Amino acid sequence: MAKTRVALFVTCLVDLFRPSVGFAAVKLLEDAGCEVTVPRGQTCCGQPAYNQGARGDTIDIAKQTIEAFSGFDHVVAPSGSCAGMLKKHYPLLFDPDDPFKAKADDLATRTFELVSFLTDVLGIESVDSRLSAIATYHDSCSGLRELGVKHQPRKLLSSVDGVTLAEMDNAEVCCGFGGTFCVKYPDISSKMVSDKVGHIEASGADLLLAGDLGCLLNMAGRLKREGSPVAVRHVAEVLAGELDQPPIGEV
Amino acid sequence: MQPTSLAFKDNVKRALNDRALQSALALAEGGFQKNRAAAAARLPEFEALRDAAKTLKDHTLAHLDLYLEAFEQKASEAGAVVHWARDDAEARAIILEICRKADAKSVTKSKSMVTEEIGLNEALETAGIQPVETDLGEHIIQLAGQKPSHILAPAFHVTKDKVSDLFAEHHGRPRVEEPEALLGEARAFLREKYFQADVGITGANFLIAETGSIVLVTNEGNAELTQGLPKVHIALTGIEKVVPTLDDAFLLLRLLARSGTGQDFSAYTTLLTGPKRSADRDGPEEFHIVLLDNGRSNMLGTGFQDMLRCIRCGACMNHCPVYLTAGGHAYGWVYPGPMGAVLTPGFIGIEEGQHLPNASTFCGRCEQVCPMRIPLPKMMRHWREDQFQKKLTPPTARYGLAIWGFFAKRPSLYQFGTTIAIAALGLLGRAKGRFRWLPLASGWTGSRDLPAPAGTTFQASWRKQRGRT
Repeated sequence: MAKTRVALFVTCLVDLFRPSVGFAAVKLLEDAGCEVTVPRGQTCCGQPAYNQGARGDTIDIAKQTIEAFSGFDHVVAPSGSCAGMLKKHYPLLFDPDDPFKAKADDLATRTFELVSFLTDVLGIESVDSRLSAIATYHDSCSGLRELGVKHQPRKLLSSVDGVTLAEMDNAEVCCGFGGTFCVKYPDISSKMVSDKVGHIEASGADLLLAGDLGCLLNMAGRLKREGSPVAVRHVAEVLAGELDQPPIGEV
Repeated sequence: MQPTSLAFKDNVKRALNDRALQSALALAEGGFQKNRAAAAARLPEFEALRDAAKTLKDHTLAHLDLYLEAFEQKASEAGAVVHWARDDAEARAIILEICRKADAKSVTKSKSMVTEEIGLNEALETAGIQPVETDLGEHIIQLAGQKPSHILAPAFHVTKDKVSDLFAEHHGRPRVEEPEALLGEARAFLREKYFQADVGITGANFLIAETGSIVLVTNEGNAELTQGLPKVHIALTGIEKVVPTLDDAFLLLRLLARSGTGQDFSAYTTLLTGPKRSADRDGPEEFHIVLLDNGRSNMLGTGFQDMLRCIRCGACMNHCPVYLTAGGHAYGWVYPGPMGAVLTPGFIGIEEGQHLPNASTFCGRCEQVCPMRIPLPKMMRHWREDQFQKKLTPPTARYGLAIWGFFAKRPSLYQFGTTIAIAALGLLGRAKGRFRWLPLASGWTGSRDLPAPAGTTFQASWRKQRGRT
């Protein structure tokens, strides 16, 4: 049988800040028997424009992404936010008679967040990885509320040898990142991320995981500013056992 | 009221330094959220009711003219007088005229956000009529000379200590501190006011087209004393509050308290049809219903129509991390929280209200708990699009976006540029793995470090490893 052809939408933040997450995603997908391609035509999903109300720019970027990812069985992103943009928001950008509407709908059906793709589509129940840690998992907003990512990462994490899960209070509450929100309204964002960090530390975990790099940069940045010893990683790194890169914000 | 929404950022700073407010907000978070979750869990059909309620309201809004006319006819047949107000000024004029005819000196009021929307208390005072708020929270707010900070719990930012001070100052009795004693004192004080009032003014939670009735919901019973004791009762509400039938009103009532306070039902739910009839022992001799448009009909047929489904339960603000940080007053006008972020720019203009739809991470909790399934983040984005088109977006954000967009739309150039930029940034951050400070990034680095990038982009590393794929 031909291998499932998966295109990786690596997302701009992973591309620029933390390539190890991209390589972890590739490893997980290849271990699961997929043939992985990284289409060259990708940059960003367009959320910075979309969320600032720049609809024209958003549509241009969406068209570019739609074209770059045509022809693959599946499109997978190591981010609930970016996957949610392709899956839930691209179809809303085009009028019904626009030829891109059908293409956007088609892309939406093929697009998945990484961990939910592994579990819900490929039916993977465990991973072959080990790490000694007490981990707490932050549910990033778009993954949770737009895509229903909740039990999937916890299920796979429970199969990682040596990882114990310690749930924090308010795991489903926003960390205060919100894209450009965090620099436009820094006072509110700071309060939100401080509250979040309080819950992380109270959980007793020594490792914070999540599925979205934006949230992780925000929470890691605050944890490090407070001098916290809690390490921060993208969940894909732990699931794939790609741990050579130091935790986020550390050397 | 004069909006202060444009000063949102300063309002937030003040709110963050207000310790009493912050502890009240922390309590509200635990209380409202837990209670709503428990109430929803107790009712197996809760989610199905939300679907039914959305369908019902969408239908009603699609035929709003029909149901409003039906309501007017039925209410008139029952002896009520229905008034139509295009805007806040008309609504004030109508109410003042009714008060003047009744030779009113004193007016009791039960809690109504629509009366806040039209600035009724100020108008009454200017006309020499004393408005007396009878909801306990509103009473406290009125004594303090403030505005509600929450649509259900208007005074929840006021500490018990402050209430003791206010009561001692304004009730002319010795200072008391126990909650029971404070309640007793407010009750005794307000009881006299009910009997003195010439006119009682309430809102209306729902209007029932089938019967011409209005529905009033409270937890204190003050709406009943407000409407039933004076000779004249005026109910002011928005035109979107109409539902076709009695059953429909009860469908929404099953969601209202559960979503807001987490009660199965509010303590008092009263249906009023017409004024006192000859055989009735009590009730008002005149019953006026003032139906306010004030921009609501302009929302029909636009991207904001869904907002007209709102039943003012407060769930969105109870679950909003921004509201729970900033408090209601920071929003700077009548309606706070996510519902306010959508409604306020419509009332005071997007220029004045520009911060409100932007001050959201689009975390989506408001939409998740809204009993009417209103897509609040989507409508905040509509406002941002409107702002962008009108060039109200700040220049730094516009230029930043333009530069970013230029590269984001040119993948080869983007990859070339980011490879160089990330190499430089990676080199700078290599020693510590993070930045405590970066030029132009104080919004980020003011309160958190910025983790440094690895130094090579994924795409560059990937092509190096795998070639073309």
